[in-house]
Amino acid sequence: MRSKLIILFSFATLLIAFSCQNSDQLKQQMYYANGRDIYINRCQNCHGAKGEGLSKLSPPLTDTTFLKMNKHLLACLIKNGSNTTLTVHNVPYDGKMPDNPDMAHIDIAQLIVYITNTFGNKQGFYSPEHVAKDLKACNKAE
Amino acid sequence: MKSVTHLLIPLSFSIFVLISACKENRKLPYYGQSEIKEIKKTDGSITVDTVYRTIPDFSFLNQDSILITNKTFKDKVYIADFFFTSCTSICPTMHRNMKSIFEEYKSDQDVMFLSHTIDFKYDKPSKLKKYATKLEVDGDKWQFAYGSKDDIYNIAKDYLVVVMEDSSQKEKYVHQGWLVLVDKNKHIRGAYEGTNDTAVAQLKKDIQVLLAEQK
Repeated sequence: MRSKLIILFSFATLLIAFSCQNSDQLKQQMYYANGRDIYINRCQNCHGAKGEGLSKLSPPLTDTTFLKMNKHLLACLIKNGSNTTLTVHNVPYDGKMPDNPDMAHIDIAQLIVYITNTFGNKQGFYSPEHVAKDLKACNKAE
Repeated sequence: MKSVTHLLIPLSFSIFVLISACKENRKLPYYGQSEIKEIKKTDGSITVDTVYRTIPDFSFLNQDSILITNKTFKDKVYIADFFFTSCTSICPTMHRNMKSIFEEYKSDQDVMFLSHTIDFKYDKPSKLKKYATKLEVDGDKWQFAYGSKDDIYNIAKDYLVVVMEDSSQKEKYVHQGWLVLVDKNKHIRGAYEGTNDTAVAQLKKDIQVLLAEQK
């Protein structure tokens, strides 16, 4: 009787742990799917359907090292645009990137989840709270 | 042995039919209003002919500040469009697609490209040069045209493309994304939405049809 209870209990615990993990995964998948829509609407014209960029005009999003090293700047780049030279895959890009002042933290988070988990990138989840923190840091720096 | 030759005859016949069916025999249409004109022949008799709309003579500065005219495109099939270098909406996609056609016809002397900027304030030839270099298409084959507002906006009408200034827009200019196919006699033979993959694929097929017609 007791052993049966123990088995049932451990089974239930496992189930809960498993479903927790699944809800995290589900959240990331939701962010990813919404992020893809945002990407198609706002980014794909210049950065391409495969994140390949456009010649020397717009940088590709396939430089996994660049995206990892500069992850804390992505929210600012998306929201405020860029006027400075960015070096991606060892190529300098000095063109102007337009700003997206109307984007909410959640939209930016979803977009970053999409970009940093596709085109060969695999960086996992990124929260709207993190976006708020990164934006605050770069606005201070400016 | 006999049965083999019996088989061979219908087989070769069907292959012949298949191959000839693959060949395209269609002809591209003429765009715009055509006129019926009376033409005086050398012997004095009068005959009637259809005159199709043509692109009128033009002269612009290119990315090297060199004058380009309709003569630059003499005996060329060319693709024309209207854009501006700071455009981030449809232009990058249009030029991504145009560049893929450019790559395909890189060594074909009969094909050229002509992009007009509608940003007459900012896109001086030096800006166009920088843009062409960065797009990695700088050279004689793809010309980037700079001209006065009136000249560019008027020729846009001749290419049947709507362009305008609109200060209410974030980017100040509005334009359609047509890639216009012009034949060796300056007639418009096709217009394709430069942001639509299906339309661009059709354009690639139609250039071949046009080149075959005007060999």
